[in-house]
Amino acid sequence: MLAFAIRRLLEALVVLLVVALIAFTLFRFVGDPVSQMVGQDASVEDRETIRRELGLNDPILVQFARFVGNAARFDFGISYQVKQPVVRLIAERLPATLELALAAALFAIALGIPMGVYTGIHRDSWLSKVFLTVSLVGISMPTFLIGILLIYVFSVWLNILPSFGRGEVVDLGFWRSGLLTASGLKALILPAITLGLFQTTLVTRLVRAEMLEVLRTDYIKFARARGLPERAINFGHALRNTLVPVVTVIGLQLGAIIAFAIITETVFQWPGMGLMFIQAVQSADIPVMAAYLLLVALFFIIINFIVDLIYVRIDPRIRVYRREA
Amino acid sequence: MARTTETPPPQPTPSSPWRARLAAALDSDLFYSFKRSKLVVAAAVLALGIVGAAFLAPLVAPHNPHDLATLDLINANIPPAWESQGDHRFLLGTDDQGRDIFSTILYGTRSSLLIGISSVLLATLLGVSLGLWAGYAGGRIDSFVMRLADVQLTFPAILTALLIDGVALAIFRNYRLEGGKFWILVVAIGLAYWVQYARTVRGVTLVERDKEYVQAARLIGLRPAKIMFQHILPNVLSPVLVIATINLALAIITEATLSFLGVGLPPTEPSLGTMIQVGNKYLFSGSWWMVAFPGLTLALLALAVNLLGDWLRDALNPKLR
Amino acid sequence: MLTRVIFRSLATAAAIMLATAAADARALKWARTADALTLDPHAQNEGPTHNLMHQIYEPLLIRDAAGKIIPTLAVSWKITTDPKVWEFKLRQGVKFHNGNPFNADDVVFSLKRAQQPTSDMKGLLTSIEDVIKVDDHTVHVKTKGPNPLLPNSLTNLFMMDREWSEANNTITVQDYKGKKDNFAVRNANGTGPYTVVSRQQDIETVLKRNEAYWGKAEVPLGISDIIYTAVKADPTRVAALLAGNVDFVQDLPVQDIERVEKAAGLKVNFGPENRTIFFGMDVSSPELKTSNIKGKNPFADKRVRQAINMSIDREGIKRAVMRGQSVPAGVIAPPFVNGYTKALDALPKVDIAKAKDLLKDAGYPDGFQITLHCPNDRYINDEGICQASASMLAKIGIKVNLVAQPRGPHFTLIQKTPPETEFYMVGWGVPTYDSQYIFSFLYHTRGGSEGSWNATRYSNADLDAAIKSLSSEIDIAKRNATIARIWSVVHGETIYIPLHHQMLAYGMKKDLDIPVSPENTVFMKFVK
Repeated sequence: MLAFAIRRLLEALVVLLVVALIAFTLFRFVGDPVSQMVGQDASVEDRETIRRELGLNDPILVQFARFVGNAARFDFGISYQVKQPVVRLIAERLPATLELALAAALFAIALGIPMGVYTGIHRDSWLSKVFLTVSLVGISMPTFLIGILLIYVFSVWLNILPSFGRGEVVDLGFWRSGLLTASGLKALILPAITLGLFQTTLVTRLVRAEMLEVLRTDYIKFARARGLPERAINFGHALRNTLVPVVTVIGLQLGAIIAFAIITETVFQWPGMGLMFIQAVQSADIPVMAAYLLLVALFFIIINFIVDLIYVRIDPRIRVYRREA
Repeated sequence: MARTTETPPPQPTPSSPWRARLAAALDSDLFYSFKRSKLVVAAAVLALGIVGAAFLAPLVAPHNPHDLATLDLINANIPPAWESQGDHRFLLGTDDQGRDIFSTILYGTRSSLLIGISSVLLATLLGVSLGLWAGYAGGRIDSFVMRLADVQLTFPAILTALLIDGVALAIFRNYRLEGGKFWILVVAIGLAYWVQYARTVRGVTLVERDKEYVQAARLIGLRPAKIMFQHILPNVLSPVLVIATINLALAIITEATLSFLGVGLPPTEPSLGTMIQVGNKYLFSGSWWMVAFPGLTLALLALAVNLLGDWLRDALNPKLR
Repeated sequence: MLTRVIFRSLATAAAIMLATAAADARALKWARTADALTLDPHAQNEGPTHNLMHQIYEPLLIRDAAGKIIPTLAVSWKITTDPKVWEFKLRQGVKFHNGNPFNADDVVFSLKRAQQPTSDMKGLLTSIEDVIKVDDHTVHVKTKGPNPLLPNSLTNLFMMDREWSEANNTITVQDYKGKKDNFAVRNANGTGPYTVVSRQQDIETVLKRNEAYWGKAEVPLGISDIIYTAVKADPTRVAALLAGNVDFVQDLPVQDIERVEKAAGLKVNFGPENRTIFFGMDVSSPELKTSNIKGKNPFADKRVRQAINMSIDREGIKRAVMRGQSVPAGVIAPPFVNGYTKALDALPKVDIAKAKDLLKDAGYPDGFQITLHCPNDRYINDEGICQASASMLAKIGIKVNLVAQPRGPHFTLIQKTPPETEFYMVGWGVPTYDSQYIFSFLYHTRGGSEGSWNATRYSNADLDAAIKSLSSEIDIAKRNATIARIWSVVHGETIYIPLHHQMLAYGMKKDLDIPVSPENTVFMKFVK
């Protein structure tokens, strides 16, 4: 088990380094860092001085090493557009995105599991068909369309929910939270639904598939033969077995949630990392793009690593399988 | 084993092999399951309708929205023809620049489909080739390709596409992008989705590699490339087809998303996503038609392709038979 | 620990609520398309940045909503017996937010700081030779030549505290060594009616009333807290106003004006802005990089520029793109500006046939291709205007490739030397209310502190001399004559293609009264 963990860790580091290489290439070679930072009136000597001070004349490997070293200390340089340290921008916006992601994941679980259970147990009822159609819509409609639709219905037409921003936030020192105010929670609802709808579909289908499979197994038949009430069977036995793969899938999907948050944050002007990233793309703000790339890669790798470890713990077959592959 | 029809063709005539093939196809299990599900048939008809109209856009569309010289600002913001202030020349109304929404939807769908299909072709080409090569050659090449796939799989495809697109934009920022945006999007979306093909094909190739017919081919002295593409490839086609259909739906949605975010097709040659982004500005001020019709088209198109992909996956899945 | 923090935060929130519930206390949620680019008062010479600065920092004098100059940190000013020296008498008893007294040292420091090479304000101070402290409340400004219009250039020149700047190492305007950002970018210490409570770039800035403000007795100062947000998306901004999440939207999108006017509890104030929107062209490079014509530059030929000028349907743009909210222009100076005449502003008649003929005469019977650069978040419907113009130019055979981007990278294209754009949109406001400002930034050959926004590469040495002479000409009649002469030269050359003078629409709650100022600068201290 330990050997496996170490191997996965090393693989993760390799992946991280490759991503760092891509980020470095972006940073160094797309556009000219010096002319981005300096005013247009700077003389040629000034530019040369800056080049030297930023170490842009050193050999590429040295520059890359420096880049990685800085990144490890979360120093990503200064944003071209905003002229502030990138890490500060990210720190300001991280809480917003994380709260949104969490809310979306919770929504997906809260809605997806019951729907999945129901459609698993009552395979052919019309309500199941409705649920399945809704879930198909959830997967087919692009995220931004869902967002616009929700805004139109709940904000413009019914005027019961806000259409942008986080509402009132409470400053907890390093974390600005919108979860502690009524307006903050109201502002969270529509974006969380928009972001979570896709995951709801996945969860529903997964739980349904798992339920269908589990309900056919022998021990369930046994439980029925013993005379246990349907309820106990469905929830006590069947559901419990579906939860682990569901939770791990959600964990893996957290990565997708963070990525799709870019779209949701744009539609709702939610001041998170996703909106910051898209603004960076629109204004060619390379340091921000590179930093976002690295951080998001780190996040995904960590999640994948944890999920891998969990899988190996619960399913001994994987350990053997992997050794063969 | 290659998938072949179980029943022999009813009337094999040497003079019309096509007729024979068509008859065989219509008699196959695949088509049977297709006919059975009304929903899927409806989806196919819908998809075909949209696709057909889109590709015939230059003939079907009453106006050409890409020809800037034909736009007249005096036609801006006209509601659909059935409204009181509508104009029969513009069936679904016009946008803020005087473009006919109906024509723009046709042309925009065409662009979206072209980008989608091109990117799927790119992804398929790249993914299948790499998968075959990795599976057949094994060893270091296999490790390398799979490692590459792992790195890319840490990122959701939308992010990869966004990144490639963003970098391309930063590099080509001020150059004349005569049609260049189209290719940037094809490359960005194509590169975002090759991994699934590679993995699947590699898996199948690994299994096939040890089978007798491949060993026989090797003994005869056939070149590896020939073995891979002529012999192994046909066995891989059915899962590839399923992946491709899903890929197409995702590619269309990805392109729409990139355009909506402002980094896809520009408003002068809009795709459905761009139209929605532009129309969104006017949604609250009452010009609902600028968002509603492109939005509906996009949703229906994606839904149709998804349904077809679902059906295809179920139909080709031996486990569910 | 967490409970304590939560309790503290809730207590603060409660305190704010109680405070605002008290009489004479009122919070204002203010939204605009774009955020201030920085809190450093001398780093950027542009509208939204200045507008936020005006709540926190103060210049020696300001222009009010009617365009009149009123004393702020200077109580009086006059030219001394030496025509090259202006004397400013400073207000007494003014303190910075950190308690330091405001005096002449600060004025000397601020003016000198604004003249640094990395300051965007230096273009306004080119006539200044030196700034001298006479005593604690008197400052002499020595100009290179007699400059009767000096005060006009100081309306956006903010005063910083010298001791604070030195203590916090913000003496240089922009520390471009990159590793640490300038303290002043995120922190502020001014003399103004509001202090900065918190600042999150592109998210939210919170200001609080400065209870020790020197002018407390003279201005209403009814707003006690300001929450300033940048909301780029038009529908989101309007939705926020309609839903009550925002009290004042300074840039109401034209397509939503009707809706806001009809909404209960909201109203719209209109007014002309002292700003003109126009296109600039590279008129002197030997070849255009983004065009398909090799070996020559179409824009260099006056006939081509005139053809473009007469193919833009400004009335059409006003009607369809601006929904009536614009004043079509024939000259790039707004009507407020000294030197503007109705004759100059005459609109060229739209004549597609004649335009095509002109192009043919100039040697471009099939037209040509060119890239147009446009901002998409600065001027009202900027991208829409560019698109409409592109389709109008297509009618005479000029195929336009439109590149629209946020104002940051767009302005960089113009300001870089050499410029990186050959055909671009810009909107120019004139805070000095005098044509010299336009000439100096837009027509003077680029070099030193002149022509920093002139990306047309237009260079006329004769004209340059005339423009420079304007800073030191005391004879008003002679000066105006020179101005008229310069206009007739450049106007005839059609260096720029004027589009329209911008009109402003402010959307706000019915019980607020914020008049539209031609500078599009809102002074919150005047709001009841």
